Amino acid sequence: MTFTQPTIDLTAVSPLLALLATAIFLLLLPLFFRSAGRALLAFVAVIGLLISGVCLFRIPVVPISGFDRLLLLDPLAIAVHGALLLAALLTLLISLNRVEDEYLNYGEYFSLLLFSLIGMMIVTSTWNLLVLFLGLELFSIALYTLAGIRKMRADSVEASLKYLLLGAFASGFLLYGMALLYGASGTLQLNEMMLGIEADASTLALIYAGVILLFIGLAFKAALVPFHMWTPDVYEGSATPVSAFMSTATKAAAFIVLIRLLAHSELAIRFPWPQLLIVLAVLTMTVGNLLAIHQKNVKRMLAYSSISHAGYLLVGLTAASSSGDQAVLFYLFVYTAMNIGAFGVLSHMGVSNADERVDFESYRGMGYRSPFAALCLAVFMFSLSGLPPFSGFIGKLYLFSAAVEKGYVALVVIAVLNSVASVYYYMRLVVNLYMRDPAEELSLPRANAGLKAALFIALLLTVLWGIYPSLLTDLLAGISRPLP
Amino acid sequence: MTDFFFSHLLSLLIVVPLLGAAGLFIVPRERIAALRLFTLAATTLNFILSLPLFIHFDNHSGDFQFIEQYDWIPSIGASFHLGVDGISLLMVMLTTLLMPLVILSSWTSIVHRVKEYMIVFLLLETAMIGVFVSLDLLLFYVFWEAMLIPMYFIIGVWGGERRLYAAIKFFLFTMFGGVLMLVGILVLYFMHSQTAGVATFSYSTLNQMIIGRQAQLWLFLAFGLAFAIKVPMVPFHTWLPDAHVEAPTGGSVILAGVLLKMGTYGFLRFCLPLFPHAAARLAPLIGLAAVIGILYGALVSWVQPDLKKLVAYSSVSHLGFVMLGLFSFNVQAQQGAVIQMVNHGLSTGALFLLVGMIYERRHTRQIADFGGLASVMPAFSTLFLIVTLSSIGLPGLNGFIGEFLILLGAFQAKPYLAVPATLGVVLSAVYMLTMYQRVHFGKRTHEENNHLADLTLREKLVLLPLLLFCFWIGLFPGTLLHKTEASVQKILTTMEVKQTTLLDRTERISPAQPAYVVNEE
Repeated sequence: MTFTQPTIDLTAVSPLLALLATAIFLLLLPLFFRSAGRALLAFVAVIGLLISGVCLFRIPVVPISGFDRLLLLDPLAIAVHGALLLAALLTLLISLNRVEDEYLNYGEYFSLLLFSLIGMMIVTSTWNLLVLFLGLELFSIALYTLAGIRKMRADSVEASLKYLLLGAFASGFLLYGMALLYGASGTLQLNEMMLGIEADASTLALIYAGVILLFIGLAFKAALVPFHMWTPDVYEGSATPVSAFMSTATKAAAFIVLIRLLAHSELAIRFPWPQLLIVLAVLTMTVGNLLAIHQKNVKRMLAYSSISHAGYLLVGLTAASSSGDQAVLFYLFVYTAMNIGAFGVLSHMGVSNADERVDFESYRGMGYRSPFAALCLAVFMFSLSGLPPFSGFIGKLYLFSAAVEKGYVALVVIAVLNSVASVYYYMRLVVNLYMRDPAEELSLPRANAGLKAALFIALLLTVLWGIYPSLLTDLLAGISRPLP
Repeated sequence: MTDFFFSHLLSLLIVVPLLGAAGLFIVPRERIAALRLFTLAATTLNFILSLPLFIHFDNHSGDFQFIEQYDWIPSIGASFHLGVDGISLLMVMLTTLLMPLVILSSWTSIVHRVKEYMIVFLLLETAMIGVFVSLDLLLFYVFWEAMLIPMYFIIGVWGGERRLYAAIKFFLFTMFGGVLMLVGILVLYFMHSQTAGVATFSYSTLNQMIIGRQAQLWLFLAFGLAFAIKVPMVPFHTWLPDAHVEAPTGGSVILAGVLLKMGTYGFLRFCLPLFPHAAARLAPLIGLAAVIGILYGALVSWVQPDLKKLVAYSSVSHLGFVMLGLFSFNVQAQQGAVIQMVNHGLSTGALFLLVGMIYERRHTRQIADFGGLASVMPAFSTLFLIVTLSSIGLPGLNGFIGEFLILLGAFQAKPYLAVPATLGVVLSAVYMLTMYQRVHFGKRTHEENNHLADLTLREKLVLLPLLLFCFWIGLFPGTLLHKTEASVQKILTTMEVKQTTLLDRTERISPAQPAYVVNEE
């Protein structure tokens, strides 16, 4: 028996290694230096993210497959890693704004955040089902813990438990699906199993069942209707920065895996994906928007709005084309900037850990008391509702045009009407910011430098990508679907 | 140097208000006088900059002039492509003229949040000019929707009692139409890229395409709904009275003066030349809606107890004339329609300003609260009379030219619609003169009206330019008519050529279909 040593290319994993080193360092640092404060830890984490970003930038654009085909770095993976790093960076920065929580170990908090980021990066850069599952569990478990990190609050613990139970349930679906696929095809590589299958009825039935179960597991993570029930409760109970991270990064990871699953299963097996995706897209957009309208709590409103945005992303996925995938990636980037930005302003509103002040009424007259934060929030709301000249509009334009290109005009009509409906609840917040006088004179804590930086970055990106989208689209141009 | 100036004039007009808005950010909010003067200077500068545009415009060409084109999103074929023809020229001039007057008119009426007020007005000007000079469909759409945001703030922050309701209603109505237009734009874009192989949002290129009948109808509806809501055509007009009544004076002037014109401009620029077959098919229906609008607007105006509401509903009536003119498909009527768009901007703008001035003094707009003002405020009443007459369409003033040309053209095209429309002229005299009489003549029944101050110099300065143009257009309509003639003629020719090509193809089945013809059933 000969043993060939697999070639190990460390460039491909350098971003992951940088993050891993930082995460472990962050975990150990408070053990040795008890005085290491939040600012220092955050500084270390930001440095780690930046190093990882630089490493990512140095990876050549040609697809790399390392570690005996366990790891794959194609343009799709590199692009989504960029979005994930952006999400983590913004989340870190807005985490600094919260009143320091004496029960919170910031070393653990930041390293958990980085571990979940590592998990998401692994998930998005592999064809191998086992690696996929490992990555998925890594980020999920980190997120379950993050959701409950404010351990003295009942709603936080409730959020964590809910997320854990439903997440474990979803993982079960996922694992079952993987088992079926492996059983039917004899391989763990997602890109190969569909091509090698024999077309007899029983194998095909196994593949169908496997693909559907896998899809359901991912739909849980991406919060698609009807698998969205956990979202509002978990977002509401978690600390605001954690909700921000979950709403953007988890969505990005799940959608990339969906793209990989769909792209390859579409080529090989005749499964009515377009019809299924259309139904899910319409449901997800509409249910998300309709439920968001009635919310009194801004955080819950953003939770439902994030569901509806998953629906818009599905519209791009329905197109099943290179331009559709690029549009999904573009939207993930702009959504990351504007949504974390919005959550950042929310975290600014909280005066203490006990009182987060997340009802609409708290925002009355904010535009005249903290003009910069209010301006940012207004811009993010306009961008989320898809109004030019902000990036949310260009994002939707790309998604919808990819669908129109394939002839799904009716779907796009439903999608744009949904955007109009969403204006109603986004504008309710803007109304409170600028058009109503404050109910009470309440002094806001001064915004911390981290939050200011995060808001500034998010605002800049939202405006720049809206006015001159080529800045971003040029980076995504390499993403393409294998031709059937 | 001059070459450089003229080849960047349009983008300059867009950028100057934007820079002005950026400049205002630096001015401290306590320096109210500085904020006002700065904004006035910026808008006046923009008006002065737009004058060479008017003077150097070549009347004999119906093509776009002062063209500029830069890459914007090359990957999808969208570019920053600007240009004006005779029609958009007048709209740009109207915008740049109204803006400084609006700023001047808000000198005393806006005292809270002055900084924000000035910023949103400057942003609004950028968007409005952008709408009129864009030659790229995507760019046009961006400006079209972007305009919503400042207008939403103007109504919602500085508006009256029910401003929140009016603002959100305005927003939802307009955006509802807008997004369907976006779908239309995308369909048109892919139709072109899939048949001609070139992906572009360029208006001139897309305008060369001949579209099949069924597709034309759908696209016309997608675009037309957005424009019809903006005009507003009956039955999509319900947002208008709310928005007008609640908006501050400056907002109402811009809303009536410029924003409503975008609807009719859109019909003329996009719906007619791009989808001529659908336009011809729907013309009777739209003409009917226009006439209903004329009569309905006039009748509702007649019974309004509120001055501002009366003016708002009179807009529905006047814009009905414009629509009737546009859908008569001949040069007279369409030229009349363009002139009427300008007229309405001038006279309705002036009316809203006058109503604003009296509201500032009396804090009421109820007609019943006035009476006998002519003897207390002679200057106010005189100017009010001139504007009223201009709005009615008295010969010698601007309103007459527009309405006369529209009716002249409409009689040739659709006499059965022109006859009831003429009734609208009579009705407008009835409601406007009744209103004038009740406000300015008769006995003064209210104590408060006895000591009203007449117009100040500033207020006269606001109104004077508008009246000047009312007389000018009324006496020398040629100045404007020459500007628009070639452009209107060009649109009509485009429509005709496309119609014949489409008919030709259905009559004889030619083996070699031109590549540009798509989606023929």
